[in-house]
Amino acid sequence: MIHPIPSGTRDVLPDETREVRAITDSLRSVFERHGYGEVYTPALEYEAVLARAGHAARGAGSADAQPAYRVFDETGAVLVLRSDMTIPIARVVATRYPQVEPPLRFCYLAHCYRGVRPSRGQPRELLQAGIELIGSPAPEGTAEALTVLCAALDTVGLEGYRIGLGDASLFPSLMASLDVPEQARPLLLDALVQRDFVALGEVLAGLDLGADATSLLLDVPQMRGGSEVLDASATAVADAASNMRQVHALLAPDVAARVIFDLGLVRSLGYYTGAVFEVYDPALGAPIGGGGRYDDLLGHYGRPLPAVGFALGVERLHIALAGEERGEPGQAHAGAP
Amino acid sequence: MSPINGLTIAVPRGALFKETVDLLDGLGLDTAELRSNDRKLLFESIGVITMRPSDVPTYVESGAADIGITGKDVLLEQAVQGPGDPARREVYELLDLGYGRCTMVLATKSGPDPAAEALRRLGVMRVATKYPRIAARHLEETGRQAEIVEVKGSVELAPLTGMVEAIVDLTATGTTLREHDLVVREEIVECTARLIANPVAHKLRAGAIDDFLGRLRAG
Repeated sequence: MIHPIPSGTRDVLPDETREVRAITDSLRSVFERHGYGEVYTPALEYEAVLARAGHAARGAGSADAQPAYRVFDETGAVLVLRSDMTIPIARVVATRYPQVEPPLRFCYLAHCYRGVRPSRGQPRELLQAGIELIGSPAPEGTAEALTVLCAALDTVGLEGYRIGLGDASLFPSLMASLDVPEQARPLLLDALVQRDFVALGEVLAGLDLGADATSLLLDVPQMRGGSEVLDASATAVADAASNMRQVHALLAPDVAARVIFDLGLVRSLGYYTGAVFEVYDPALGAPIGGGGRYDDLLGHYGRPLPAVGFALGVERLHIALAGEERGEPGQAHAGAP
Repeated sequence: MSPINGLTIAVPRGALFKETVDLLDGLGLDTAELRSNDRKLLFESIGVITMRPSDVPTYVESGAADIGITGKDVLLEQAVQGPGDPARREVYELLDLGYGRCTMVLATKSGPDPAAEALRRLGVMRVATKYPRIAARHLEETGRQAEIVEVKGSVELAPLTGMVEAIVDLTATGTTLREHDLVVREEIVECTARLIANPVAHKLRAGAIDDFLGRLRAG
């Protein structure tokens, strides 16, 4: 008899579980070694509590990261299956650590649930491994998170990976400094989130901002690469560039060497406020994970503290490791961006 | 013979094929075999894979190709439509290549508009199309109730047999529509060929892709 399971979910059998377990054990040991204590939180949360994160947490142009599964409990309250661990941990910090002196360090290995198009490495029930560093501001906190991230990836044996580093405030402040009309800003940001530079150019062409401003708004978010990218970037994005430089300066050489500066990096989660980052590996066509600073989120739960964190998709990490092992064609790209 | 900047390029067979190959020719790619062998799919020595246009985003999104060329109609049909839309494609759209220009139109039989009459009397118009998402989005945005009938082959047949009142289809010259006594009632969107890129290749192979882009813009 064949009995179905919901779209985007799957059973994990012993051979795969053994491999996944080796990865998660390594990740957990790296997190613990850096002082991050593991937490479990309920997979089900009150919708009203997660919604406190507010509109800010809604993805700009992306519904992927929104809770997609809702149920009622016996009192009629609406429960949701969590779509990430960052918001539940913000709740934990405010509720369980109201007085404790920061910084606080937590890690997790937990399933999250999203209404995405099920595909390779993108299940609807996804296993995430990550950390949250609460109460440690930029640039030191960001540098620590990147250091733990690289230590984790090195320990599981991923070789060709790079970290794209950007700043969530870069494009909004660029638009503000160039006097882009308020009503056009969401359109431009949306085009960027959709990765559509043709649409970005079309919206800009209709705005009559002048040739210089138009080319800045089109070119800056396409700049990515080594530190020459920051040197060449316009004075209008000097703040974001200097934030990125400060973080980079605090990184050990082996971590710094993994960084690609990306002035167009935007994450689909809306709560990021400063540095944002994504993990790329030539053996996989999609990012393996990412994170960033969310300095305003904790305030929504009554404990205003700057914070930074990242999450790795364990399935994607597993696929990338298997790909590197097989020496897939993409491997030739490693180290030669 | 070698790939352009070491990139793997997804090339669409069909209407965009000739101009795409001309474009790659102009960048110095040896396209002789690509032109002569229409049975072959994988041209490893020049970093080209060929496929139907609607498959290009799939191969580029997965990373099987670093970059690809396809029509805006394909990208729109596979674009974000609403929360959790299953057709969303995680690719960069980098450049409007300008060729392959055609228009997505809503057309009906000539004479009094049968779609308007169906809408007035029956409250819903039936629309046949190979582009169900574009059609549904257009009719929703213009506040009309429609029943979308997805067909795979000649769309023109559907209104002629009375199965539907209207069609949504791509037209370049309008010849096919005229031959079947169909008239364009609305132009929905202009479509041209676009250059797309895999999101990871866009970061890890930034130099190669930007150089490719620069040469396209210069050419």
